[in-house]
Amino acid sequence: MTLTDVITTGWRSGDTKRPPLFLVVSAVVVALAAFIPVVYLAVRSAGSGSEWVDLVFNANTASIFGRTFLLIALVTTISITIAVPVAWLTVQTDVPFRRVLSVASVLPLVMPSFVMATTVIEVYSPKGILQGWLSLFGVDRLPAIYGLPGATLVLILMTYPYVLLTVRGTLRRMDPSLEEAARAMGYGPARTLFSVTLPMLRPAIAAGALLVALYTLSDFGAVALLRYDTFTSTIMIQYETSIDRTLAAVLSLVLVVVAVFLLLAEGFTRGSGAYHRVTVGTVRSARRVALGNWKWVAFGVVMIPVVIGLIVPVAVLLHWLIRGLINDQQLLPLLVPARNSLYVSLLAAVVTVLAALPVAILAVRFRSGLSRVVERSTYIGFGLPGVVVALSLVFFGINVARPLYQSIWLLVFAYGVLFLPAALGSLRASLLQVSPRVEEAAMSLGSSQWRTIFKVTVPLVMPGAFAGGAMVFLLTMKELPASLILSPIGYKTLSTSIWSAASEAFFAKTAASALLLVFAAGIPTAYLTLRGHGDDSEKQKREIDLEEAAR
Amino acid sequence: MSYVAGCRRVLVKLALVSIIAITVVACTESEGDGDSESLVIYSGRSESLVGPLIEDFEKVSGHNVEVNYGSTGPLAATLLEEGSNSPADIYFAQDPGGLGAVDALLSELSQDVLDSVPSWARDPENKWVGTSGRARVIVYNTDMLSEADLPDSIEDFAKPEWKGRIGWPPTNSSLHAMITAMRQEWGEDRTKAWLEGIMANEPKVYAKNTPTVAATAAGEIEVGFVNHYYLHRFLAEEGESFAARNYYTRSADPGSVVLVAGAGILNSSDNKEVAEQFLKFLLGTAGQQYFAAQTYEFPLNENAKPANMLPTLEAITKPEIDLGDLTDLEGTQDLLREVGALP
Repeated sequence: MTLTDVITTGWRSGDTKRPPLFLVVSAVVVALAAFIPVVYLAVRSAGSGSEWVDLVFNANTASIFGRTFLLIALVTTISITIAVPVAWLTVQTDVPFRRVLSVASVLPLVMPSFVMATTVIEVYSPKGILQGWLSLFGVDRLPAIYGLPGATLVLILMTYPYVLLTVRGTLRRMDPSLEEAARAMGYGPARTLFSVTLPMLRPAIAAGALLVALYTLSDFGAVALLRYDTFTSTIMIQYETSIDRTLAAVLSLVLVVVAVFLLLAEGFTRGSGAYHRVTVGTVRSARRVALGNWKWVAFGVVMIPVVIGLIVPVAVLLHWLIRGLINDQQLLPLLVPARNSLYVSLLAAVVTVLAALPVAILAVRFRSGLSRVVERSTYIGFGLPGVVVALSLVFFGINVARPLYQSIWLLVFAYGVLFLPAALGSLRASLLQVSPRVEEAAMSLGSSQWRTIFKVTVPLVMPGAFAGGAMVFLLTMKELPASLILSPIGYKTLSTSIWSAASEAFFAKTAASALLLVFAAGIPTAYLTLRGHGDDSEKQKREIDLEEAAR
Repeated sequence: MSYVAGCRRVLVKLALVSIIAITVVACTESEGDGDSESLVIYSGRSESLVGPLIEDFEKVSGHNVEVNYGSTGPLAATLLEEGSNSPADIYFAQDPGGLGAVDALLSELSQDVLDSVPSWARDPENKWVGTSGRARVIVYNTDMLSEADLPDSIEDFAKPEWKGRIGWPPTNSSLHAMITAMRQEWGEDRTKAWLEGIMANEPKVYAKNTPTVAATAAGEIEVGFVNHYYLHRFLAEEGESFAARNYYTRSADPGSVVLVAGAGILNSSDNKEVAEQFLKFLLGTAGQQYFAAQTYEFPLNENAKPANMLPTLEAITKPEIDLGDLTDLEGTQDLLREVGALP
């Protein structure tokens, strides 16, 4: 038995083939990197006394866990309910301004959580802007938005795009012949939707929902400003007041356990069904559904999250900017931070997608217990507060990778550890739609496994790669805790500029950087969501024509 | 055929993107990577507040300064992780709590530096000095209240008549410092009774000082327990019509204790001379005048005058407390947890 055999043997399961060595090695390296935060937390917890026992096992904790799970359940369910119809309407129908809506509906993702929360409070709080307008009708005070309703609202606005992006990626590549067959068999539109379309979207919805749940678990900005205590609040109080980092580490380990629990829960929703086409031929692009008279209703539906999640916050930011300028507030130059943000985010998107690729291929094409463990372990970083991941990489940088410390590469590495699941979910959903027969055909024609993966599999999962890359890009643009801690000294980005101004109530400066962030993120988002994988249906039509002509 | 073409196109694009990204990063990196000669500051005070002052120091001294801006707490945690390998020379913190967390990493300051601040505003073990003062105040809504309506002591806000009218940020470290001062002045039982009274009044909870002040002006609450300078930021952004003002308690109680932001020099610094020079600059007349005029804080140097809208430090009826006595923040957090103010 060669070394290669030893390494790859455990990965075989059932009738599947043995994965190539390079795939296993690269996937394992990625998984180990993603595991650094957990190792760090274990090391830091080792010296802990017993005070954590009091903090974890008191009457309060049960209620905090209850609150945390309630928030996660609400945010996840409502995000799915919003994102799936929006995805379908903007991908498969002729809703008016389809391309503009496609981009605008994704953009709330780029709002940093404390900016979104502050604008929501400014507008909807008991004595906020909305109340000011309603006072004309005698409304003296709005019901308090603080607590569960406000935290849920803010988190939905920031997280529904996760589901939207993964579902968009899948819808685009979905074989329309299944839906057509259902309709031909006499299924009505509703029955087709529930028995054909939605089941086909299940992996994409689950992948997005998992990100929503983990983000909600790890968020601090929104829940702090809207005064809804979750388990992460308990941890962050320790870090913010710099009392006891050992205690913070132990509490974070508890959070890891919760994340693992969520991962297991998502695992149960995964079936072993096939999501790809089983017959020969290429997938046609679907003809867009003509909505007729309903198209302005559809437009209204898509506009709801766009107005609440993008237009209103941007309007509040403009209000701050103009108000501040009238009162002679100075602005800081933002060209360098904007450039830094774009470069580092682009770099993070490319690196993260490349790192996620071997893990996705291994998990989908070579299913086994081990490949599942590798895939799942990459999700843990996403469920931890950014500060914890950043500190774990300070630990790693100082003790293991000294030359990388305070360089941009460790920062990009941190973004990778944090956002790997965003790329992975999209790639996985996309890969499930590609029939392994195509790869088998390539192999039977004498192509090596290595060559097949690069020449066949990778090009076919490009829609997922672009969707995942877009998500990583947007997440990196707004990421704050790791950017603050791991950036090379003096390296400013838009998100750190926003934070610097917002933390000391410099509203005009906050608004200027936040508006630039939305604008700067908008352009690449437009490219990635529209052009990324041939939204240009003209070209596809031409290809089909060519194929038919050739026949 | 189309697969091969497609994949080639994709790989070419990927390669192009990577090349552009890497070149650009390489360029930007060469700017950021400073030489070991430059002074490295980890600042928990934001760039909007201290950036211009640090630039002034660079001009005056001719030394190059690089700043890592962050939050006081996470920066302290970063310093603890970095240990003796830290590139930092100076840790500039929002509050003494952050400095206390890393005091094992700080080196003793020279008498020269220590003497430039009053003794109440520095570390009893000489590891850090206060750099500017901030008073605890009660911010009130001017449409709903006038200063005459407010009680002499912060203690009276625990009375039932204030039910539903108060707001505070219970996770804020300055508030924790004020409660630590209460424990010092009033003792544990009286402080606990006060906290229980406040909790019975169902205070509205805010994440930080800023939203507390905003909610006060909006009329969501009538009074809030905050640091004094946030109000002046709002006045600068929104103009004099902003419907809130500060009230410094009439009686000498912990409700108007004066706290400081402070700085210390890291043991591991290989640039201690310049670091001391920087601290002296902060504490000198020019530095102190900057804090007074630009951040609306109280200068600790007698030669600098506070901004016009502020009372002088002497005019505030504050308790006689040394900041060195306010070290037991953990005890304060336990107390806050006990009364249900913290999770």
